[in-house]
Amino acid sequence: MATLTVTRPPFGGFSFENSKRNAVLEGNASKMGFNLPPARKTGTTICGVVFKDGVVLGADTRATEGMVVADKNCSKIHYISPNIYCCGAGTAADTEMTTQIISSNLELHSLSTGRLPRVATANRMLKQMLFRYQGYIGAALVLGGVDCNGPHLYSIYPHGSTDKLPYVTMGSGSLAAMAVFEDRYKPDMEEEEAKQLGKVDYIRPHDEANKKGVRAHELEAVHPTGDYKYKRGTTSVLSKVVTTLDLELVEESVQTMDTS
Amino acid sequence: MNTRGLRSQLKDSVPVAGMCPQGAYGVQDSLRSGFTSVKNELLPSHPLELSEKNFQLNQDKMNFSTLRNIQGLHAPLKLQMEYRAARQIQRLPFLQSSHLALDTLRGSDEAIGFEDILNDPAHSEMMGEPHMMVEYKLGLL
Repeated sequence: MATLTVTRPPFGGFSFENSKRNAVLEGNASKMGFNLPPARKTGTTICGVVFKDGVVLGADTRATEGMVVADKNCSKIHYISPNIYCCGAGTAADTEMTTQIISSNLELHSLSTGRLPRVATANRMLKQMLFRYQGYIGAALVLGGVDCNGPHLYSIYPHGSTDKLPYVTMGSGSLAAMAVFEDRYKPDMEEEEAKQLGKVDYIRPHDEANKKGVRAHELEAVHPTGDYKYKRGTTSVLSKVVTTLDLELVEESVQTMDTS
Repeated sequence: MNTRGLRSQLKDSVPVAGMCPQGAYGVQDSLRSGFTSVKNELLPSHPLELSEKNFQLNQDKMNFSTLRNIQGLHAPLKLQMEYRAARQIQRLPFLQSSHLALDTLRGSDEAIGFEDILNDPAHSEMMGEPHMMVEYKLGLL
């Protein structure tokens, strides 16, 4: 009689069921000369500078897939909380998911404490998560924000180490960007000076045609990352039907929130 | 009820190589798990597999030992009693239970991690065989 197997209750999170199979497939494929598709990396330069009253974060907008440009205008500055933003380099999917998870966690945490979240909290959460996965999550991040203790800037490496510095760069273009920073950084700059410093101005000649520019992000007055609203009249209106609903106010109750 | 026979508890802790192939009808499932070898069964397939399996356990141990050092032995004792009580309120083994009380005690009802996004057990497409799983749990198997 064949043995019946009892399945363990499934638990969430990463499943390693297929990793043996993938290893065997990869071995066989390389023997036959095929290459399995690689994860999309960002091929990035990201940087951050602390100035007198805040932080400027800068990132380029190109995503590469090997030697080919996959996306000319991708957004690498991710929202974490109203006062904290994070640039991500490395594997594109990893940076996206990690920053989204941390953003959700930070929101829950700030609802629980009732205070604006601090950059150190976000840093600690990111660091603990990346260390837990021992560098298999390839996300190199530049985290910057302003909280009750002033402006802060952290750089976070995929294995979980972090540095708190006045200016940081990450990504494949980090060496060139760091050269610019080392040359021109001064402590306590003004906002405009810091923005000028953050603009990536060492463009390679063949990039001139494709340059989409750098979106610098100033965190003192918070701006949204881009405006995606179309002008009225872009799409022509064919027909319009207006139905008024007759509703009457039955009951109204006001609950004041304790926002202390 | 959480009575586990000794045999089923032992089975969980000691991996037996080559005795129970993972596929259906007891035949090795080459498509999913590759070819059989003793090394394959004993060693984990990914460096993170072991550490992820024990992660929650290790976190709890660390938290309890910190709590013991800060507040004394009574604190982890009381908490562990509550954990045990919460762990006993589950559905039958083949049904998905929400572990709500356990989550609240651990504080993971206010945190989102990969275990909530990837492979959510509530959306799993496989169900264990009811009779087998209950018998396994009671140690009758």
